[in-house]
Amino acid sequence: MTRENKVDDTPERKGPSRRGFLTGTAASGAALLAATAARAQTAPDPLITEVQPWASGLGEGVDATPYGLPIKYEDDVVRRNVDWLTADTISSINFTPIHALDGTITPQGCAFERHHSGAIELRKEDYRLMINGLVDTPLVFTYADLERFPREIHTYFLECAANTGMEWAGAQLNGAQFTHGMIHNMEYSGVPLRTLLEEAGLDTAGDLSDKWIYVEGADASSNGRSIPMEKALDDVLVAFKANGEALRKEHGYPVRLVVPGWEGNMWVKWLRRIEVTDQPIESREETSKYTDTLADGISRKWTWVMDAKSVITSPSPQMPITHGAGPLVITGMAWSGRGAITRVDVSLDGGMTWQPARLGKAGDSKALTRFYLDIDWDGSEMLIQSRATDETGYVQPTKDALREVRGENSIYHNNCIQTWHVKENGEAENVEVS
Amino acid sequence: MSKFPKLIAGTAVATLIAGTALAGPFGLGREALPEEVAAWNLDIAPDGTGLPEGSGTAEDGEMLFSESCAACHGEFAEGVGRWPVLAGGFGTLDRMDPVKTVGSYWPYLSTVYDYVRRSMPFGAAQTMSDDDVYALTAYILYSNSIMEYDEVLSNETFSEIEMPNADGFIVDNREEAEAHFWKDEPCMENCKDAPVEITMRATILDVTPEETAAEEAAASEEAAAEDTAAEAPAEETEVAMAEPDPALVEEGEGVFRKCKACHKVGEGARNGTGPALNGIVGHPAGAVEGFRYSNAMQDAAADGLVWTPEELGAFLAKPRDYMRGTKMSFVGLRDEEEIKAVIAYLSTFE
Repeated sequence: MTRENKVDDTPERKGPSRRGFLTGTAASGAALLAATAARAQTAPDPLITEVQPWASGLGEGVDATPYGLPIKYEDDVVRRNVDWLTADTISSINFTPIHALDGTITPQGCAFERHHSGAIELRKEDYRLMINGLVDTPLVFTYADLERFPREIHTYFLECAANTGMEWAGAQLNGAQFTHGMIHNMEYSGVPLRTLLEEAGLDTAGDLSDKWIYVEGADASSNGRSIPMEKALDDVLVAFKANGEALRKEHGYPVRLVVPGWEGNMWVKWLRRIEVTDQPIESREETSKYTDTLADGISRKWTWVMDAKSVITSPSPQMPITHGAGPLVITGMAWSGRGAITRVDVSLDGGMTWQPARLGKAGDSKALTRFYLDIDWDGSEMLIQSRATDETGYVQPTKDALREVRGENSIYHNNCIQTWHVKENGEAENVEVS
Repeated sequence: MSKFPKLIAGTAVATLIAGTALAGPFGLGREALPEEVAAWNLDIAPDGTGLPEGSGTAEDGEMLFSESCAACHGEFAEGVGRWPVLAGGFGTLDRMDPVKTVGSYWPYLSTVYDYVRRSMPFGAAQTMSDDDVYALTAYILYSNSIMEYDEVLSNETFSEIEMPNADGFIVDNREEAEAHFWKDEPCMENCKDAPVEITMRATILDVTPEETAAEEAAASEEAAAEDTAAEAPAEETEVAMAEPDPALVEEGEGVFRKCKACHKVGEGARNGTGPALNGIVGHPAGAVEGFRYSNAMQDAAADGLVWTPEELGAFLAKPRDYMRGTKMSFVGLRDEEEIKAVIAYLSTFE
């Protein structure tokens, strides 16, 4: 909105939707003009000079909403699905509205979902966790048992290996939510998996260096993954709270596995069983799926770690610039499965020249980092990109560099540099550049 | 008298119980019983560890596949809609859009048995016998020309089967093959040889969902309002039906989970593998717009079949006996109560 507010700018008015924006280009041209000359207000703003209803009457009392939802003016900030991607919503995925969020923590209510047989409702009272296989004593824990082990809190990102997977062959989906929204970042409370494995005893397993665990969920898909013992004993968490409250059912209530830095499919939801084995199980989700086919038809397996990646969330196709030339905040997020983000660079000219962005705060290991670049936009076209570097020195590659190694059929692990074409009218489009 | 002694006694008993099973540092949890481990420890490793005794042939599996799998995977495992294709695709892995099937892609046979046994059929997982799973696995292999029609697959013969793409996988080699992505210092200036040009635009494809959620909600509200308006006159002539028992409706919602993979109900329900079922109870058969019915269903519709609770109940009990040639490959609801419940549930959708 410009400073030239109209009386009909009631609070009911929504933020610009993409469609609204595209059809309202002429109007925003006028707004742009007004904005540049806006310092001089010709008529008094009635929002200031007239007593508004909210400044006179009363608002809602406490308890009107025992558990609150975002205010109605934000009801377009929701998870969204791409219909044509999957056969059915029960075995499907949707996308976090990353374009509309700031900071680093993803609220649970809009954090993306991925189910293989639907989100089940499992009561804490009906919850059991079994540890079996090469352990000294196979054990069964109740939910109440888990709450009695020493707890830790950690913030980690979860990214689906297929995030950006639709973009391998070319620019396809027009929105950061759709190109990069299979990600969330939460603060988890839980018990280190190491603690539970030690409770069952690992002497029976002998040499741990070639041992594995197989983890499995309680839903009908029985989603299961094999994880090397080294990782299991390192930083894997058996979590029951996220962002301070119980996990949502769509994220595995009451208990899920947290596998920091590794692909989301391994973060088994409704975790019900941990088996210590002497070999990987090679389940469907680690052979038929979540393997990366290269150009020569050979496929990589066990590609667990998520490479360093970043994306500009605003401006972006769903977040056009509506204020015209002048001060502009470019923001986005960066993450790496190998550790902390140490640096993010931003290019305004399609990758020819780069400048360092400002990190919102120092990057945490295997967690989202927010970055900002504050510029004085001259109103001309831009090809904006972001490029993450992590603590191991890995630099996020261009799409061409990735395709050179992997071809276009990998589906998974597309961590390429994303380009948005910002036009003079502030509209942005997902493009590929030379 | 103080409660203290009682507390001591209580704690002592608890310690005793907990102490019997456990050696762990915290003494939490309890020992898993062998029956419990057996019930959940179903995974099968590539070397066949975990395979149950049993056997089956493709011949045995053909009818099973048609009944339990073909609705999504196709009669010949060729896939329906966007559901997975299970057969064929050989020689496509090094082309654009490779066709990854059990035959062309899966490296281990154990994975097929393990997945079918634990996770299929969709919506009725873990309802098939071990022999049936051998038979289905054999059928899938047969449809990929890996086994003969009458060849026996069993825990004994399992290791003799060779999967065509067994050697098609390498362990993650990113740190070597992509070592050049690690750099001392990222490029900051003159990072490209030629001026940057746009080579592709997403809007050309135009596959992005357009509407915001708010717009969709408004649109469906409008549509609902229109529907109500259009149906209003008809309602007057309809015989008032008794309100279904809420408990039965709730039970029916649970039963409907078996149907959800193919059928949708409620606001915005659309046709999937099966037709959307809003308003199905009491309405003519074969009449959902835009759904391609079987010839059998079209014939029944032409003969004036109406889905009264009785007819629908008979259909749901044994679909393929009730209507030979129906596309609905559901095996049927055995329990009379479940049939009543699901019909009560369906009757709540106009």
